[in-house]
Amino acid sequence: MSFLLRRVAFYALTAWAAITINFFIPRLLPGDPVTALLGRMQGRIDSNAEHSLRVLFGLDQDTTLWQQYLDYWGLLLRGDLGLSFTHFPTPVSEIVDQSLPWTVGLVGVATVIAFVIGSLIGTFLGWRRGTWADGLLPVATFFQAVPYFWLGLITIAVLSVNLGWFPSSGSYDRGLVPAFTGEFIGSVVYYGFLPALTVVLSSVAGWVLGMRNMMVTVSSEDYVTVAHAKGLAERQVMLGYAARNAVLPQVSSFALSLGFVVGGTLIMEMVFSYQGIGYTLYQAVSTHDYPLMQGCFLVITLSVLVANMVADLAYALLDPRTRTEDR
Amino acid sequence: MRNQLLFLRNGKVVTGLAILGFFTLLAVLGPWISPYDPNQVSDALLSPPSAAHWLGTDHTGRDILSQIIVGARGVLVVGLVAGVSATVVGVLVGVTAGFVGGVGDESLSALSNMFLVIPQLPLIILIAAQLPSAGGLTVALVIGATGWAWGARVMRAQTLSLRKRDFVEAARANGERTWRLVLAEVLPNLTAVIASGFVGTVTFAVLSQVTLSFIGITPVSEWNWGTILFWAQNNLALQRGAWWWFVPAGACIALLGMALTLVNFGIDEIVNPRLRSTGLHARSLRRRGIRPRVGFTPVVREARS
Repeated sequence: MSFLLRRVAFYALTAWAAITINFFIPRLLPGDPVTALLGRMQGRIDSNAEHSLRVLFGLDQDTTLWQQYLDYWGLLLRGDLGLSFTHFPTPVSEIVDQSLPWTVGLVGVATVIAFVIGSLIGTFLGWRRGTWADGLLPVATFFQAVPYFWLGLITIAVLSVNLGWFPSSGSYDRGLVPAFTGEFIGSVVYYGFLPALTVVLSSVAGWVLGMRNMMVTVSSEDYVTVAHAKGLAERQVMLGYAARNAVLPQVSSFALSLGFVVGGTLIMEMVFSYQGIGYTLYQAVSTHDYPLMQGCFLVITLSVLVANMVADLAYALLDPRTRTEDR
Repeated sequence: MRNQLLFLRNGKVVTGLAILGFFTLLAVLGPWISPYDPNQVSDALLSPPSAAHWLGTDHTGRDILSQIIVGARGVLVVGLVAGVSATVVGVLVGVTAGFVGGVGDESLSALSNMFLVIPQLPLIILIAAQLPSAGGLTVALVIGATGWAWGARVMRAQTLSLRKRDFVEAARANGERTWRLVLAEVLPNLTAVIASGFVGTVTFAVLSQVTLSFIGITPVSEWNWGTILFWAQNNLALQRGAWWWFVPAGACIALLGMALTLVNFGIDEIVNPRLRSTGLHARSLRRRGIRPRVGFTPVVREARS
């Protein structure tokens, strides 16, 4: 139990740190882009919304930093992230609300697929090390080194532009009305296939290499030798003894690689014009929509924290040592 | 001497270093050996590879090979600066945390764990997008400032295991000062870990910088491989089927990343001997009559060399 409590405390602390970073970035960096934008919006923006923007970006020079910080928290707790400049006058929270489910779906499905496939291939490669299977390692290295977005460009060029199998952008057929119908879900899967495929392709290599190295290390442990000596079938030793232990570090590194995968997926959305939060962030960056940018970062970070907490929970369930360890 | 030979006998390391050397040469000599000025507009609009333009031209007739050659410098410099700065911070934080222990360790580890969990790319985008001018060096420093945590974590773990070793205890009993213990006893034993952390950070920095250029956050007038992809994407190279515009630049990034990963594998194999035997080829193992088996690490006597 103490393990879980400590983890929860850590994530609470990290969430606080992320929010504080978000508070300080516009205040510490030189330049004051928001004032100019506010000037242009003069008269069109109601005073209440203007006040929240001033608080978010630290334009209230007459209050102390501490007071600004408290005001900032007050806004966040009410779910007020300011107004978007580009989609004026839509609140940032509304835009983020609409785009987040797309990203969560895409990252979630792609990551789970990549994790399962990667760990299976890694198990096999680690078990058969020193044979022809090692020849697959350079391939995995190559895919690990390829930037996500470039792989996205290549798949679009081959599968979408040349072969015409999949649409190159968008997240569902624009002629359909979003609803829980078979047709709409089919369209979402069809449009999401290419982005998901590229995320899987570029993130699977990391799981393969990690699992393989753990298998190599684990397979010389005593319990594996004992399992062999007992005359168990090789398959059973591989999956039930070696892989079962080798997969634990994979789960705990899940948390660390998640941030990386999410970063890659955001870029992927930009390439595919997929209407998730990465594409929103891209639009915000290219139109200098600072409130939207800040909101996107905050929501992305908090979602990653929640996902990490789930991974930690799974780890505690899988590895009984974390539950008994009293530290 | 023998150890150095072992390092160079590793095929992965040699391949990685050769590719790195090639790109370093491009980065140093770039502007002199590129066939054209990368910004020079010509009549050959969007022409496929030919004798005059080996990798074709873009939508305004600029030579793409020249852009790649000149762009190598931008990529490598940012990678190097970000790698060095992140490694320095990582070593400082990690070794201090591992060595002092107690409350200092707890808070420094919590700090680096926080930086590990907060997704870096959105953070870098957020900072770079709000800077008035996000040139190459600025981006490198931002990447360095956010990317040190992984190295710090590894360094701390390694320092913890070294701190209580006999030779450190002996030096401590001799009355050595703490800074000497750290510099002369602990740091030399961290060389491999520091090197592998450095290489890993450079890989990450190259990918991040190229990504930032690709989405147009860094000035598009500074040539690097991401800028080429930015122009290609924004001028519909995909839809026009201009593969020569976006394939070579991406391949260069992948090749550079692969070279760095290969070097890192070599370092890993030196640090972890269990992985080392797999550095030998399957065929050469068979030739020597070694059958790879689960649960045993093949040991090869190499006293002759």
